Amino acid sequence: MYQFNYHRPKTLDEAVKALAGADDPKLLAGGQTLIPTLKQRLAMPSDLVDIGSLTDLRYIKAEGDALTIGAGTKHADVAASADVMTHNPALARLADNIGDPAVRHMGTLGGSIANNDPAADYPGACLGLDAKIHTTKRLIEADEFFTGMFETALEDDEIIKEVTFPHPEKAAYMKFANPASRYAMVGVFVSKGPWGIRVAVTGAGQDGVFRASEMEAALEKNWSPDAVANVKISPDGLNTDMHGSAEYRAHLITVMAKRAVEAAG
Amino acid sequence: MTAEISETGIGKPARRKEDFRFITGNGHYTDDINRPHQTHASFLRSPHAHARIRSIDISDAEKAEGVLAVFTGQDIARDELGGLICGWTVTSKDGEPMKVGPHPVLALDTVRYVGDHVAMVVAETREQAEAAAELIDVDYDALPAAVSLASCQNGDAPQVHPEAPRNTCFEWELGNKAETEAAFSKAARIVSLDLENNRLIPNAMEPRAAIGEFDKGTGDYTLWTTSQNPHVARLVLSAFVGVAPEHKLRVIAPDVGGGFGSKIFIYSEETACAWASAKVGRPIKWTGNRSEAFLSDAHGRDHLSKAELALDADGKMLGLRVKTVANLGAYLSTFSAAVPTYLYGTLLSGQYDLPAIHVEVDGVYTHTAPVDAYRGAGRPEATYLIERIAETAAREIGMDPAEFRRKNFVREFPHQTPVIMNYDIGNYEASLDAALEAIDYKGFPARRAEAESRGKLRGIGFSTYIEACGLAPSAAVGSLGAGVGLWESAEVRVNPTGNIDVLTGSHSHGQGHETTFAQLVSSRLGVPLDDVEIVHGDTDKVQFGMGTYGSRSGAVGMSAISRALDKIEAKAKKIAAHLMEAAVEDIVFENGTFTVQGTDKSMAWAELSLAAYTAHGFAGSDLEPGLKEGAFYDPTNFTFPAGCHICEVEIDPDTGVTKIANFVAVDDFGTIINPMIVEGQVHGGIAQGVGQALLEHGVYDPESGQLVTGSYMDYCMPRADDLPSFRLGFTTTECPSNPLGMKGCGEAGAIASPPAIINAVTDALNIREIAMPATPARVWAALQARQPRAAAE
Ligand SMILES: Cc1cc2nc3c(=O)[nH]c(=O)nc-3n(C[C@H](O)[C@H](O)[C@H](O)COP(=O)(O)OP(=O)(O)OC[C@H]3O[C@@H](n4cnc5c(N)ncnc54)[C@H](O)[C@@H]3O)c2cc1C
Repeated sequence: MYQFNYHRPKTLDEAVKALAGADDPKLLAGGQTLIPTLKQRLAMPSDLVDIGSLTDLRYIKAEGDALTIGAGTKHADVAASADVMTHNPALARLADNIGDPAVRHMGTLGGSIANNDPAADYPGACLGLDAKIHTTKRLIEADEFFTGMFETALEDDEIIKEVTFPHPEKAAYMKFANPASRYAMVGVFVSKGPWGIRVAVTGAGQDGVFRASEMEAALEKNWSPDAVANVKISPDGLNTDMHGSAEYRAHLITVMAKRAVEAAG
Repeated sequence: MTAEISETGIGKPARRKEDFRFITGNGHYTDDINRPHQTHASFLRSPHAHARIRSIDISDAEKAEGVLAVFTGQDIARDELGGLICGWTVTSKDGEPMKVGPHPVLALDTVRYVGDHVAMVVAETREQAEAAAELIDVDYDALPAAVSLASCQNGDAPQVHPEAPRNTCFEWELGNKAETEAAFSKAARIVSLDLENNRLIPNAMEPRAAIGEFDKGTGDYTLWTTSQNPHVARLVLSAFVGVAPEHKLRVIAPDVGGGFGSKIFIYSEETACAWASAKVGRPIKWTGNRSEAFLSDAHGRDHLSKAELALDADGKMLGLRVKTVANLGAYLSTFSAAVPTYLYGTLLSGQYDLPAIHVEVDGVYTHTAPVDAYRGAGRPEATYLIERIAETAAREIGMDPAEFRRKNFVREFPHQTPVIMNYDIGNYEASLDAALEAIDYKGFPARRAEAESRGKLRGIGFSTYIEACGLAPSAAVGSLGAGVGLWESAEVRVNPTGNIDVLTGSHSHGQGHETTFAQLVSSRLGVPLDDVEIVHGDTDKVQFGMGTYGSRSGAVGMSAISRALDKIEAKAKKIAAHLMEAAVEDIVFENGTFTVQGTDKSMAWAELSLAAYTAHGFAGSDLEPGLKEGAFYDPTNFTFPAGCHICEVEIDPDTGVTKIANFVAVDDFGTIINPMIVEGQVHGGIAQGVGQALLEHGVYDPESGQLVTGSYMDYCMPRADDLPSFRLGFTTTECPSNPLGMKGCGEAGAIASPPAIINAVTDALNIREIAMPATPARVWAALQARQPRAAAE
């Protein structure tokens, strides 16, 4: 780790100020991604602004037709929340399958989507559920938020405050975990709700999470596992690495989509 | 025997004595030790697989905060230190000794793998040392690298060492070539198979670590290090590297958190810490991090082989022909030359009566981390080859794989194979039958049909393995090129109050010696288990020892203790006879009490121990005071654990995911001291075998030579939910060559299981071959490439 200045703001406003006052600051939430990066000496921020213990970012509210989840909410909180389980069980199960217990008790929703690891799970839920991302500056639609591998629409001094997930009528997430890392090699989130039908694919794409529009079209016509089972995804733009070829990932998208529709009922 | 002792006697599942300190966080690992005025080291490692070093500028690093010294290979060369050595010399078939490239502690003018050691920084804190290492400016001339095992012997491949043309260290052979050719010429059928034995990265839970300390007053060095064999480390560091004379160097291997072979070897880091501690005048600690472990611990396996099996018309094996290319990495590690030769070729007869075998092995250099012994060391590679080709042959001639093996088993002992080994005893059919019964082989077709009805592919695979351990008769290994003898030492010190210190040259790093060794002593002397202390891992306490590897600590280490106990018993009987005024022949020693046969005269163990040290009653006898005896035990043969593993898998054809549905292992380890510990060893071994077969793969980028699997993001360690609930069984033939009848159990699981798993996978997929690890992606690809079942049949 390189040397850095450490700030522990008590409020969100203080956090914004700390960010503004530093050279090359980084927010620290659960630290599950950032701390290993620092330890490997792969990042050299001048300042760390630790929002990990800000309680005003850690909440789950069920209001109206949506769940609103604070950016500092731990994966384990989401997995165990009765409100999430009632209104959006697919989201609870997704959170319950991230990493291991230690990771789930430290890692946060905000950290996960801000990082936008192409193999992370939450981006699939955000895109698959037409989520709204509220920041200290504005509201960003999920469709606009994820802009590429490890890239988001966030500006340097912008903090995610909360994410709103409208309740789906039906939804399910099926993850094919990378055998080594257990991140998503292919994760497919399918949903039906006020927004229509969405199929979001994480883990597979070179540019991170994306929507499988052919599958959405097939499900519009006929919401059934068989409808997606026949949709072949093109391997163009999908990852190839030692864990699987683009062709394999393309195939898995179809298999996982079918299983997700089955599970969504 | 008291009730207490009968619960912990030989054959009883006594609880592990050492676990209290481990599970309460009270172990003393090298990193837990902190010396007064300690400093910290960081190593600058090569980012290139192959490069010439034009220059190294250390001036900024030397000036950095907290830095005490920066050393490069030139500093070590100036002190005329030797390089790291390989302790086993293999001779090529043309009679030439193997071609050894020098292995400097810190690189001189060339780096040869990513992670190779370029410089050492010593600073007040670890962070300061790491920060300063980044300030070292190395001017590299990056060169093309020889990474691929398949092409490193080509004429145009980049050269790792000028001493070894075509990157070939040795071209070794074993067996009877002419007879093998003759067997093939009269064969009714020849089955051939090309196999890859995947590179593995050991991943002991505790990373390697070292503390070097120099005493200016006495000139003594002390090195705490994560070693499986501290005396061997001391010998190499004194006799070959020349850090200090042997009597001026103390090596301590305290609690060690797993080794699996990777901590047998003597590495640059501990060598440099010991050497530099005198230069800096303060203790120097280095603790490797996980990334360093991936890069620079010696890796395991990594073979490419072509195997051919000749059969007669009835399915009897006539001959085996093998050609293997074995990766040695960039430098020869401490025992690396022995692994793909004498620990591999000698096991190719398997459990079979194979009259003719000829094996050729090319040991080759590549620009990758050194490859050396890893749990099983050579025997897993041999077992994989013979068990894969046996199963393939059975399938191709349409014979049941169990019956095919039965037909070819060795049945008479001793049995001389064409590849050196003389099998002393065994009953291969007994373990096969027990395993067939345990897995309900007869019920398999119904289980397969049921799986098919759920859309799953179910397969079954066998491995009837044999291995050679209890390493090893010194004369035998000496004649084959070993630089050391492989006996073991023990010293039994009875204290005046009757409790006992046992000093052993074996080292425990997870095996539970503090329990099993104590069980032997406790049951022999009739004292409670807690009255026996096992002392190991310190060259100042234990006179000499060869350490723990090759499943040798039971068969060799405990045999040495047993011999020392014989002497203790003999002397104690003399003392008892003298004190009770009886003839030695009339003294009976049982349950911790000495009695004079036919009288009511007796002495308890504690009474006798005290008398041995007060020596008040010894006047007029030739008895010496004290009760302490030592023994060096040199085995007369290898031991031959053997058994049968059967695996059933179920494959999801949609995803390629393989689940192990059923796993049975029936092993013959001879005498078992503690069944709970033995089962734990088998479980761990199979877990590593499952890792090799389905999950783990050390991968280098074939062009750049960068380690692709440098972290757990890509290197897939087995997790609990990757493993089935193993079902174990034991059959027993007692080993005739050691006093306890033990064979060794530490590596069998890792040796036996991979072929059983891959045989099951290929059965489920109805294909001939799939490379390890059979990952979901590979299984899926194999399914895509497969001819439809109907067409194949
Ligand atoms: C062993 C392991 C296994 C894992 N497995 C999975 C898995 O299976 N699936 C998966 O999806 N993830 C997995 N993760 C990642 C995990 O979910 C992390 O929690 C997540 O990626 C980052 O969240 P964090 O709170 O720890 O963020 P941090 O590491 O603290 O920060 C990550 C990044 O986000 C920024 N950031 C944090 N909070 C905010 C905010 N409110 N506004 C703006 N920027 C912010 C930080 O500045 C930083 O750049 C795993 C991690 C580990 C260590």
